[in-house]
Amino acid sequence: MTVDSENLVAAGLDRRVRSSFRGKVANFAPFATLLTLLIFFAIASPSFASLDNLTNILTEVSVTGIIAVGLTFVILCAEIDLSVASVANATGIAVAFFTAQNASVNIANIPLSGGLAIVVALLVCVSLGVANAIGITWIGVPSFIMTLAMLQIASGIGALLIRGQIAYAVPPLISTLGSKSIGPVPWVVVVAATVLLLGHFTLRYTRFGRYVYMVGGNREAAEYSGVNVRAVIASVMVISAVCSGLAGMLGVAYFGSAQQEEFDSYLLDSISAVVVGGTSLFGGQGGIGNTVIGLFVLGILNNGLDHVRIDSFLKILIRGLILLAALIINVYAQRLRASRSPVADA
Amino acid sequence: MGSPIPLLELTGISKAFGGVSALRDVDFALQSGEIHGLVGENGAGKSTLMKIIAGVYADYQGTMRLHGIPVRFRSARDALGAGVGMVHQELSIVPQLTVAENIFLGFQPVTRLGIVNWKRMAREATVHLQSLGIEIDPQTKVSTLPLGLQQLIELVRVLFSGARIIILDEPTSALSPPEIERLFRVLGKLREDGKSLILISHFLEDILAVSDRLTIFRNGEKIATASATEIDKAWIIDRMIGTTRGEFGGSNTGDVFLNSNFDAPVALEVNGLSVAGILRDVSLKVRKGEILGVYGFMGSGQVELAQALAGKLPTKRGAVQIEGKAVRLHNSAAAKRAGVAIVPESRRSMLFAREPVYKNISISILERFARFFLRPDVERQIAHQRTVDLDIRPRTVDLPLGALSGGNQQKVALAKWLTYFPKVLILSEPTRGMDIGAKQDVVKIVRDLREKGIAVIVTSTEPETILALADRVVVMKKGTIAREFAGEPLGKDQLLAAA
Repeated sequence: MTVDSENLVAAGLDRRVRSSFRGKVANFAPFATLLTLLIFFAIASPSFASLDNLTNILTEVSVTGIIAVGLTFVILCAEIDLSVASVANATGIAVAFFTAQNASVNIANIPLSGGLAIVVALLVCVSLGVANAIGITWIGVPSFIMTLAMLQIASGIGALLIRGQIAYAVPPLISTLGSKSIGPVPWVVVVAATVLLLGHFTLRYTRFGRYVYMVGGNREAAEYSGVNVRAVIASVMVISAVCSGLAGMLGVAYFGSAQQEEFDSYLLDSISAVVVGGTSLFGGQGGIGNTVIGLFVLGILNNGLDHVRIDSFLKILIRGLILLAALIINVYAQRLRASRSPVADA
Repeated sequence: MGSPIPLLELTGISKAFGGVSALRDVDFALQSGEIHGLVGENGAGKSTLMKIIAGVYADYQGTMRLHGIPVRFRSARDALGAGVGMVHQELSIVPQLTVAENIFLGFQPVTRLGIVNWKRMAREATVHLQSLGIEIDPQTKVSTLPLGLQQLIELVRVLFSGARIIILDEPTSALSPPEIERLFRVLGKLREDGKSLILISHFLEDILAVSDRLTIFRNGEKIATASATEIDKAWIIDRMIGTTRGEFGGSNTGDVFLNSNFDAPVALEVNGLSVAGILRDVSLKVRKGEILGVYGFMGSGQVELAQALAGKLPTKRGAVQIEGKAVRLHNSAAAKRAGVAIVPESRRSMLFAREPVYKNISISILERFARFFLRPDVERQIAHQRTVDLDIRPRTVDLPLGALSGGNQQKVALAKWLTYFPKVLILSEPTRGMDIGAKQDVVKIVRDLREKGIAVIVTSTEPETILALADRVVVMKKGTIAREFAGEPLGKDQLLAAA
């Protein structure tokens, strides 16, 4: 028996080394995609690899990045939030709605002081997130359906507030964070980096973060272990809405205006960022690190294609094909990882 | 050995998983028209060997001969094509479809117009079922049938898809005695028809009763093959574990005296608990330092009772008190706060296969030492202590749980609750599917918990488990408590009679 158990220990260690290596390969796949794109564009275009362009790329992915942080929490729980872009839009419109606008903007808005406008706008996104949370955890609507409805509802709220107009004024704080720079670095990049770091820290080093991974890894087991699964899922939906709301406010300042449908492309962009980075849609695997890589893949792809001479209509197709390729690589890398542990003999 | 050429013959089979040897130079022969039983502790290699025969594993060393001709199956479909089928422990029937549809899944007879010929399907299904002595209407939806019948339908399907060699993995573990008898009658009929069967089971009495020959495995090696008439349980156990020791310290054959203590304070009191459609008016008490056994056949409600007490099932009526205080167990987090913990019957629903062992152990107690920030050092330290207490091997707490053997995984499921003890611990089928060594470990752990003053509820469909553990026994029948045994000698026959 002792000889056998020693063998087992040795075998276990062997397996551990092997699995951690394979785990690294799985994590390395999105990184390899990123590296390939980086090298390709650096060679293909002399204007791509410059400090200015790096700032461009960072700025371009910042708003998506803030949304993607909340979405990472949701996807790690094996849920989905399809309302992120419209919640962002509604919150962006709300912050403008509660700011004094130029006389040419013909909406019945309610001007508040800058700070209050931000608080009210945050309340808007929190309540939309709470509505998602209640629908999913209490009523039991699948998150895909619930947030699909919320996508429409949030768009509707935005439309009602802005009434087809374009509002330009936002509170000074939002305007600074969204469109000004600190030295060479745009504030929006600083905010995005902070939110990403905060997200990473929460997921890796807090009890709540652990619950997020465990709920995503095996919901039933989390429940049997006494984790309040509903509360965890409700929380990630609210976190997602708040991230979207913050991104919406900064986005309005970044674009220079608040109007309907201006965030529409952000839903697919943020989901792509999370998934291309290697976070599993089935929950429990991945994290903010993966999302950062996903953001860069997306950002470099979008930016790089503008630096090489291709038919601009072809670019859309190429972008899709490269994203598909990245996902296929991820799937193979995941499979390599999954094949590692044979199911124990029952 | 003088016998005719075996139907299926394996020689020098070896198989390793990533450096861990699962089978070492195993020879195995199946005669035509025999029922061949396989026994051995968990991880002894019997399942691995069967998966090789059934084509699930294609990369192994050694040769397999069917009718004397060397074969190597590359997939389960490949094996089925050659007449080798397997009925797995987890059934693969489609519960939403009817019996006939399941039997003909993938081979539905069609009319000339290409439309499914329902009449013919029903007729042929009836013939197939009747030939095996199974009386069910083929139009019944499978989900409405008891598990025992569902299993038979899967067996019929495997047969119907052309299998002449059929492997059954743990066919009796979830069945009641009458269901087991019926299964054995069917297996006997199949043998008469010239089919050959291989049975894997932990239930030695069952397998002795039905098999012609038995092969015993230990540590990836074949220890012996013998005719079932020439051996008995003690002989098998001897070879399975290598030394002589009685199961549960010998308490499973003779009568057990229930050592009930009526003086200890009541830890859990349940009054008139009802769950829609399943539990009716269940009342019971469990005292501190007492193990209450809840016995019943599959579907008699003991699983649901355990789940309701753990906050996993919404209750319709009834009051629950813990140490005299009324509590509401509306979800599992509330149950944990109230002091009720559960280890469910299925490992999969308690464990995180991809996560390291230490995270599996700490998840249920994180709030005790990590109010906001995690403390992985404390987690690892606690986890390491549990691996020592419970003899979980290997002791590497950073290993992903999926890399542990089944018995060790079960111990990890228990370990979750052994750092900060709950007031009431519910163990659903704590020893199901375990080998004797692991079973004895679990029995010892549960008895230790009793010594610590914890009220333990053990629910099981195995009389041996109940008899080995319980101080007091309630027997459930159709969602109610039918009988209570306390302070008296109790045997398996009485339990079976009460259920």
